[in-house]
Amino acid sequence: IKKTLAKPGVKNIVLVDGVRTPFLQSGTIYADLMPHDLARAALQGLLNRTGLPKDAVDYIVYGTVIQEVKTSNVAREAALGAGFSDKTPAHTVTMACISSNQAMTTAVGLIAAGQCDAVVAGGVEFMSDVPIRHSRRMRKTMLSLNKAKTLGARLSLLGSIRLAHLAPELPAVAEFSTAETMGHSADRLAAAFGVSRLEQDEFALRSHTLAKKAQDSGLLSDVISFKVPGKDIVSKDNGIRPSTMEQMAKLKPAFIKPHGTVTAANSSFLTDGASAVLIMSEEKALAMGYKPKAYLRDFVYVSQDPKDQLLLGPTYATPKVLEKSGLTLNDIDVFEFHEAFAGQIMANLKAMESDWFAQTYMGRKTKVGAPPMEKFNSWGGSLSLGHPFAATGCRLVTTVAHRLQKEGGQYGLVAACAAGGQGHAMVIEAYPQ
Amino acid sequence: MASVRLLLTRRCCTALKTTTARTHVSYEVKDNVAVVRINDPTSKVNTLSRHMQAEMVEVMNEIWGNAAVKSAVLISRKPGCFIAGADINMIQACKTAEEVTSLSQEGQKIFDQVEKSPIPIVAAINGSCLGGGLEFAIACQYRIATKSKKTILGTPEVMLGLLPGAGGTQRLPKMVGLPAAFDMMLTGKNIRPDKAKKMGLVHQLVDPLGPGLKSPEERTIEYLEEVAVDFAKGLAGRKVTVEKKKGLVQKIQDFVMGLPPVRKQIYKTVHSKVMKQSKGLYPAPLKIIECIQTGIEKGNAAGYLTESQNFGKLAMTSESRALIGLYHGQVTCKKNHFGKPERDVKKLAVLGAGLMGAGIAQVTIDKGVATILKDTTEEGLARGHQQVYKGLNDKTKKKSLTTFERDGIMSLLSGQLDYRDFENADMVIEAVFEDLSIKHKVVKEVEAVIPPHCIFATNTSALPIKDIAAASKRPEKVIGMHYFSPVDKMQLLEIITTNKTSKDTTASAVAVGLKQGKVIIVVGDGPGFYTTRCLAPMLAEAVRALQEGVGPKKLDSLTTGFGFPVGAATLADEVGIDVAAHVAEDLGKAFGTRFGGGNVEVLKMMVQKGFKGRKSGKGCYVYGAKSKEKKVNSGAEDILKSFKLTAPPAVSADEDIQYRLVSRFVNEAVLCLQEGILPDPVQGDIGAVFGLGFPPCLGGPFRFVDSHGADKLVQKMKRFEEAYGNQFTPCQLLLDHAKDSSKRFHK
Repeated sequence: IKKTLAKPGVKNIVLVDGVRTPFLQSGTIYADLMPHDLARAALQGLLNRTGLPKDAVDYIVYGTVIQEVKTSNVAREAALGAGFSDKTPAHTVTMACISSNQAMTTAVGLIAAGQCDAVVAGGVEFMSDVPIRHSRRMRKTMLSLNKAKTLGARLSLLGSIRLAHLAPELPAVAEFSTAETMGHSADRLAAAFGVSRLEQDEFALRSHTLAKKAQDSGLLSDVISFKVPGKDIVSKDNGIRPSTMEQMAKLKPAFIKPHGTVTAANSSFLTDGASAVLIMSEEKALAMGYKPKAYLRDFVYVSQDPKDQLLLGPTYATPKVLEKSGLTLNDIDVFEFHEAFAGQIMANLKAMESDWFAQTYMGRKTKVGAPPMEKFNSWGGSLSLGHPFAATGCRLVTTVAHRLQKEGGQYGLVAACAAGGQGHAMVIEAYPQ
Repeated sequence: MASVRLLLTRRCCTALKTTTARTHVSYEVKDNVAVVRINDPTSKVNTLSRHMQAEMVEVMNEIWGNAAVKSAVLISRKPGCFIAGADINMIQACKTAEEVTSLSQEGQKIFDQVEKSPIPIVAAINGSCLGGGLEFAIACQYRIATKSKKTILGTPEVMLGLLPGAGGTQRLPKMVGLPAAFDMMLTGKNIRPDKAKKMGLVHQLVDPLGPGLKSPEERTIEYLEEVAVDFAKGLAGRKVTVEKKKGLVQKIQDFVMGLPPVRKQIYKTVHSKVMKQSKGLYPAPLKIIECIQTGIEKGNAAGYLTESQNFGKLAMTSESRALIGLYHGQVTCKKNHFGKPERDVKKLAVLGAGLMGAGIAQVTIDKGVATILKDTTEEGLARGHQQVYKGLNDKTKKKSLTTFERDGIMSLLSGQLDYRDFENADMVIEAVFEDLSIKHKVVKEVEAVIPPHCIFATNTSALPIKDIAAASKRPEKVIGMHYFSPVDKMQLLEIITTNKTSKDTTASAVAVGLKQGKVIIVVGDGPGFYTTRCLAPMLAEAVRALQEGVGPKKLDSLTTGFGFPVGAATLADEVGIDVAAHVAEDLGKAFGTRFGGGNVEVLKMMVQKGFKGRKSGKGCYVYGAKSKEKKVNSGAEDILKSFKLTAPPAVSADEDIQYRLVSRFVNEAVLCLQEGILPDPVQGDIGAVFGLGFPPCLGGPFRFVDSHGADKLVQKMKRFEEAYGNQFTPCQLLLDHAKDSSKRFHK
């Protein structure tokens, strides 16, 4: 058995349990809900799973990326509706695809600082309905209309409306700083690292195949059943579709046309879903009679150029967090990396395997090395299970805990990239069984 | 690492095998695609030199002779350059028009073969694709360009007084349509990749890549090659078609252009527009129109013949020689001849947030150098800050900058009223009011707060630097940096050294100027240095002409008719009548009657009445907000009447007035060289053209003396001298050149 990563003077913080709603392709069964409905389902599921008394929670932190304007603090709305005590404060965080990682590490921080003992963290993303706005000109006219006092002033404002002002503004999965969509950046990243279309399709197929296997053999135990109002009970992810290489090869590139390599089949799809985890100090968990699943250990956030290194977060975060924990890549038994695009994963693996990249761009002496594939995302990943932006982080952490239990390893590593050129990694240690 | 090395050696071996003795062009065959790589090992850029052409012909013949090759890709191995154009030296080396014509015909022949190639050729363009490079590319069957900022396409020949002489005037109109082809060839402007795709100049665009397993530049070229090879295969296998479907607009345009009367009208309009803008002083645009017209109206054979003949004729014109001379001069003045400064300027402070100060700050921060902009009042600071912001924001509107880049650049600017952080400044440039006592006060204040290594530069247009340096404790660190307004548009920077300025200080000032994107001349100290000193006598003459009853409009048309981009009266308004008065008085005191002519009192009176030029709304002209037509300021006319002089008829013909203005300018320039203010004629020409708008078609005062003939100029001056006195006395150096016609400023 390997050494524990406990550090003197640092509180042991544990993951008691984690759940998630089934991840569904957006526009399917969840289509008529609101984001806080999904979040509520995950929070209620966590209460059910853990049998946690509702007033035992000190604080709730929840992540979300595309905000529903009516529920901008979605954490609070969801908590109230999920039946948590109205005395439990809740706040919402946002950090693109690592929003629920941020929610979890915020929880860790609150506990480590001695301010809380039990915190619920999670994340929700609802892509079936996104805020579509009037154009800026139209909004300006409408706001002025509120202030216009006379009929004449109102009429003249109404008269200033032109057909072009009525064109709506759609939210895009694009960087604000560069105006480049993420898929476009992923395609360029894959090209920069010489990742072929074939490699990408193979990796996507692997993800779907492994996810299917995990689903069929009941390994995805973090998924809870959810009775959708007016619809059936949902208890399975619906984006897992192992295809064939031939089928996948037929697809045209989705972003860089006609010569790009990123397609709909080797990218993660727009997903609705929510997740939640219960994080406690070890003493509190034990005092309440829980058997924790894992220790949450060191974590890092990194950021780099949002134009050319948008999705390289894992490459930068992995060696940094390993160094913090005094581990090497070989010590890790379980890897769970967020799969935004197959090309992005392959590019990260190549970057991690390159001394030149480590020396030229990361200021390191040597490469960190690429994770061995047999330990990597072996129950599927975001490409197949789905990627509700702000819910993925909790899924990764819970999956690591479950895989450590199932496979008998001691250390797990979570890593993810996020819009804005940011990234995150966390080391997780199995709780002694 | 070992595998990388192995790959490299292997590549070298194949290169050796296929290129035996070739140094500029190599190729390898990959999957039935011949990848032709160009790289001139002797230069930073690829040019279509004789050597390059010879190797290219050899390679193309080998490829065409190889039945296994089904398509080809043409690509440069240089990261920032596809082909920058023809080799100018090759053209300049020709003695006769016929020689140049035959050069053009050789080029036409090669590209004709490329156009008729039995296999499809894909031009893969990354970096500059200009002149002959573009003509090569458009002869190919398919073009792919990277969206890199360095990728530009264009036909800049007109700016050298030439025309696209290797089929460009014939192919471009067919490819992009008549109006766009005229626009490209007559303006010589650079076309960015996005625009090129829209115009139909390229077929596909490829995104530049970021860091990967190789440097972004290297990998981007590789990627471009991979994409181009795929397209080449697709073309060979007929999976990719060259012809794109024409839209309705295109069809209508084609139909309209098919009507001879419409085309005739276009030729006429373009011709009159060119005549209006060039005053008929530039032969190249007219020849370009002729070539295009001949090709379209009389067919290919006639078109190509006209193109090659006109190319030969143009190469022999004095205008082309002048423009090529300026091109070479500009290249020289974009180098630091004083070595590498001991330390880089990482923080610059600018004193005075006026028009000049803010302009200097703008061109500094947009190159990534942190800049302090200090003023004495909040209003002044706010105005300057807004000027910088507007300058950058206008670029976002033109899409040459993103709003994020703009914000990042603005974050480098620190606007302040105090001397905070000056202890970290590496250079201070003062741009405060032109008054010696104020400048002295500033020197003392600044020297109290800056570190010992910090350079003090003064942006003055006329005050001698040594007078300003007199207040300094360390005159070796004091230097003049004379910027031209508007700083973000005017290319010239005149650097003035005193006999105490250290070489490192000069090196540092030049390095900063180059970073700011300036063309730099370094001159000696003295009243008015070089540029202001040349301008002042010409303006004095202009005032005299006005006093003699030549109206501002007439004066303007005489000067623009000679080739100045801005007329003398308008120029005075732009510079500011108050500044002109100030300079005229100062330099008049320094140089005596040689700087006389017009009465300074005219200018002073105008200032008194508030006619300070454009900035005050009135000068020689009235500047209204709305009307485009400038009206002559009747108040100024009244003043001129009260100072009326009688024009001596012997020297008052239109041409006489033109030469009176120009000869005084030129004589003073030559005198600057004679006195050692100017180090060489090249910098004299560059300073006059880029700073003062001396007619580019004449190439600058020194080239003008060479081409016009010093003797002829001296004769004219003698005639003026008789009428007016010593203002027209030719200087000794000019007399020497007049006496001995073998003496020339430019070899």
